[in-house]
Amino acid sequence: MIEVTGLTVRYGGVTSLDNMNLTFEQGTCGLIGPNGAGKTTFFNVLSGFVRPAAGTVHAFGVDLLSMAHFRRARWGVRRTFQTEQAIEELSVFDNVAMVHEHSKLGAATRRKDVLDAIEFTGLGAVAPDAKVRMLTAGQRRLVEVARAVVGRPRLVLLDEPAAGLPDEESSRLADVIRGIPEHTGALTILVDHDMSLVSACCATTAVLDFGALIASGPTAAVLRDDAVIRAYLGVA
Amino acid sequence: MGADLSLRNTADRQTSRRRPARPQLIRIVTITALLLFVLFGFPQLLSLYYIDTMTQVAVYSMVTLALGVLVGRVGLVSLGQIAVLAIGAWVAARLLFATTQPYPVILLEAGLITMVAGVLIGLPALRLRGLYLALITLMFAGAITVVLATLNFPNGGHGFTGYNGSLVHIPPIRRPSIASSDPAYFRYAVIVAILMFALVLAHTKTKPGRAWAAIRQSEPAALAAGINTTLYKLWAFALASFITGVAGGVLAGAVHYLYSIGFPTQDSITLLAVTLMGGVYSMWGAVVAALLYQFLPALLNNWGVSADWLTILFGLGVLQVLTTAPAGLADQVPKDLARLGRLLSRRFRSPEPGKTT
Repeated sequence: MIEVTGLTVRYGGVTSLDNMNLTFEQGTCGLIGPNGAGKTTFFNVLSGFVRPAAGTVHAFGVDLLSMAHFRRARWGVRRTFQTEQAIEELSVFDNVAMVHEHSKLGAATRRKDVLDAIEFTGLGAVAPDAKVRMLTAGQRRLVEVARAVVGRPRLVLLDEPAAGLPDEESSRLADVIRGIPEHTGALTILVDHDMSLVSACCATTAVLDFGALIASGPTAAVLRDDAVIRAYLGVA
Repeated sequence: MGADLSLRNTADRQTSRRRPARPQLIRIVTITALLLFVLFGFPQLLSLYYIDTMTQVAVYSMVTLALGVLVGRVGLVSLGQIAVLAIGAWVAARLLFATTQPYPVILLEAGLITMVAGVLIGLPALRLRGLYLALITLMFAGAITVVLATLNFPNGGHGFTGYNGSLVHIPPIRRPSIASSDPAYFRYAVIVAILMFALVLAHTKTKPGRAWAAIRQSEPAALAAGINTTLYKLWAFALASFITGVAGGVLAGAVHYLYSIGFPTQDSITLLAVTLMGGVYSMWGAVVAALLYQFLPALLNNWGVSADWLTILFGLGVLQVLTTAPAGLADQVPKDLARLGRLLSRRFRSPEPGKTT
């Protein structure tokens, strides 16, 4: 569970998040809105890249904002990026293992967790020794997802994971995303512009516009909301 | 099926860790043979002039190795490495005159003290990258040059600086008793360099190496993986400065007399140029860079050609590397040779034109 109250982020004169209040309980939750609405900024606040001007963020009872950014990842805040950021020169195995390296578990358990994560994302057919630079765009996305789910993440933030993927790979990715809460027990937040992906994966969805929350609730209801249609989805 | 495959590959990984695979074995044997030839063949085959040159190559291969760690592994450009080398040489010289400690201990101390200085230089790297970091480190190198010109290198005098301007007979900086002759000291320098290369290898193949790779490609991705980027950046500066400090210690014994004019600021720029030319992503690149930096000028001097021409050559070399071979000569030359070999074998083996179907 994540509770956000009064979150405000300003870049110079621009207010990116404006007194945002939001609660996500469990499972996979969607976060949608037009470009510039503040979705990625919200993720950046959660992962510690951006310091908010005001507000609090509590995840599973822990004050997230008081934690150093690299410690948040170790504690269990994991994310993917809009432009995929798997480390090209390392192997698939090392890419995933480096996220799990900080845990106090034994080497054998860690190795098993890493292989589990690779297997879970459907990358099992790719040799773990394969260098990431040899993989396709879709496979690289899956490496990033494997990095996000390895070990025991608490909060998985997926920032447009299907961007630029062909439909077939996108639907495979949807299967993987839907499985994350069950596989890891983590609360997953999905940001994407692909409404079919959001509807397929998320039971609840929140909508941001100009840094403010304009709707939240069950996905189907939110997507029918007049304010959401006006601000983001448009009239068909 | 996928799981079977991935598990089998991991099993292979584990086996390969215990017993090196055939190509790896061939590689280890080749490198060992090469090192033995360098250690025992060179002193027999080379004149004293070239043995001294090769000692310098061993020293500077450590310096370029350290710079390669910063630039190639972590993506931090430093233009202050000659100043760091000067600090290492100064500390070693001071300790060699002041104490009777064994040489390896002095090298270790010089490395550690230089490491502290290096971490201080590295502090701006936590905020700056690219051109600005290069500029700051260059200014630092300039500052050290100015300080050294006033302080002078120790020459057997007393006090903190160990410098006495009125000495008539300046004692030489001592060498280890087991390596007082030039050929023996050459071997000593090569062995120290091998140890430093092993130290870097131990880093790049393990956790720090992976962390550096992540930082170089994308700092946000590194942070998102839970990597303490501050720690690992300073760690890289610490390792690079330690190695450069040790190299300074070896340099002190190699030349016997040190002068501040021997460490001009602009040499740091040339050093970066040759390091890029050699190749920053492989350890062989450091050796190639040191050969370019020390062996090539010695060769030209011996032929009566001014080594100043090398500035032009290095300029063109860097241009060529940056545009066509980003991994440097160490990567490009073997590839080009293989391509040439394939071309030649195709030419000799292919049937005469007209007979092909």
